Amino acid sequence: MTEVRVHHRPISTWWWTRKPTYFVFVMRELSSIFVAWFVVYLLMLVYAVGRGEAAYEDFLAWAATPWVVVLNVVASLFLVLHVVTWFNLTPQAMDVRIRGQKAPASLVVASQYVGLAVVSAFVLWLVTR
Amino acid sequence: MADSIRLEVTRYRPEGDSGPEVQEYDVPLRKEWTVLDGLNHVKDEVDTTLAFRWSCRMGICGSCGMNVDGEPKLTCATFLSDYAPGPVRVEPLANFPIVRDLVVDLYDFMEKLPRVKPWIIRDDDLTVIDGEYLQTPEELDAYKQFSMCINCMLCYAACPVYGLDPEFIGPAAIALAERYDLDSRDRGARERLDVLIEHEGVWGCTFVGECTRVCPKHVDPAGAIQRYKLKAAKENVMAFLLPRGAR
Repeated sequence: MTEVRVHHRPISTWWWTRKPTYFVFVMRELSSIFVAWFVVYLLMLVYAVGRGEAAYEDFLAWAATPWVVVLNVVASLFLVLHVVTWFNLTPQAMDVRIRGQKAPASLVVASQYVGLAVVSAFVLWLVTR
Repeated sequence: MADSIRLEVTRYRPEGDSGPEVQEYDVPLRKEWTVLDGLNHVKDEVDTTLAFRWSCRMGICGSCGMNVDGEPKLTCATFLSDYAPGPVRVEPLANFPIVRDLVVDLYDFMEKLPRVKPWIIRDDDLTVIDGEYLQTPEELDAYKQFSMCINCMLCYAACPVYGLDPEFIGPAAIALAERYDLDSRDRGARERLDVLIEHEGVWGCTFVGECTRVCPKHVDPAGAIQRYKLKAAKENVMAFLLPRGAR
């Protein structure tokens, strides 16, 4: 076989800014960091509650400092992105069949939001009762 | 409508050029003309040295894939009028080495495809006298979508994972593995899983989903890959929980 001198094109570090879909993908990947942050935040809250009233008050004061508020607002936005994008992808990843028929994508997505609402309502009931 | 449109075509001559360059051609803009028609006009009337692949002109051979304005497209199904007034950038498929002008080197895929054993594997091989393997319409329906792949490589050109990590086995190969796994006549799922459960198999995929968006045959490789991940994860859990004999 004849040796062919092929040309390899380098990939730019900024490839993900080239298309909106690539950009949303990278933001979705980035959102995992903020999900992890909320896990840490929740654990800190539980730890503070466990240590008593004073520690809980200290935690609340710290949580009200501007940088924590800004961080949590940004994290919340990323969390919404995380939920919406992953819920939208689920019908593609799961082959849900009802009586042999492929379930419509909208049904799969909607059932996740229902699940989210039910769990949220339960947690709300648990902490406010 | 203007009567001509400008094509900005990538040129690369391996014997002389140090890298690809852009050459501009003005081609007639006709309602029924595709990008491929424009390129064929250049080849026939303007510049015979331009190299590109094509064959059927009806979206079934899968050879005329190129990046049109940055999007992987079958050029025989991409109309020039959709890009009017132009110019239209015509580049070789992304993520593949360029052989010449718009022709890319597909050797990597040719090497990867047989690794997933995209053919029917049987424990027992029936002879012709034993009759054919029957299949119900529902059984056909289970894999039909994944069998529509024409190996046009648009999904590889759209996949940033493949671009960044060429070891990744890629969307079309995994979709074809799924096609045979879902076939009621096939018994080879285990053998394919052994290949795809590796890091450069399904786990390389981060579900960008771009492969599915660019697929001209609506194969949904991204969906196939995620379903494979589920299978692979289940297999890992089973291997962890159950003794060897019970699996």
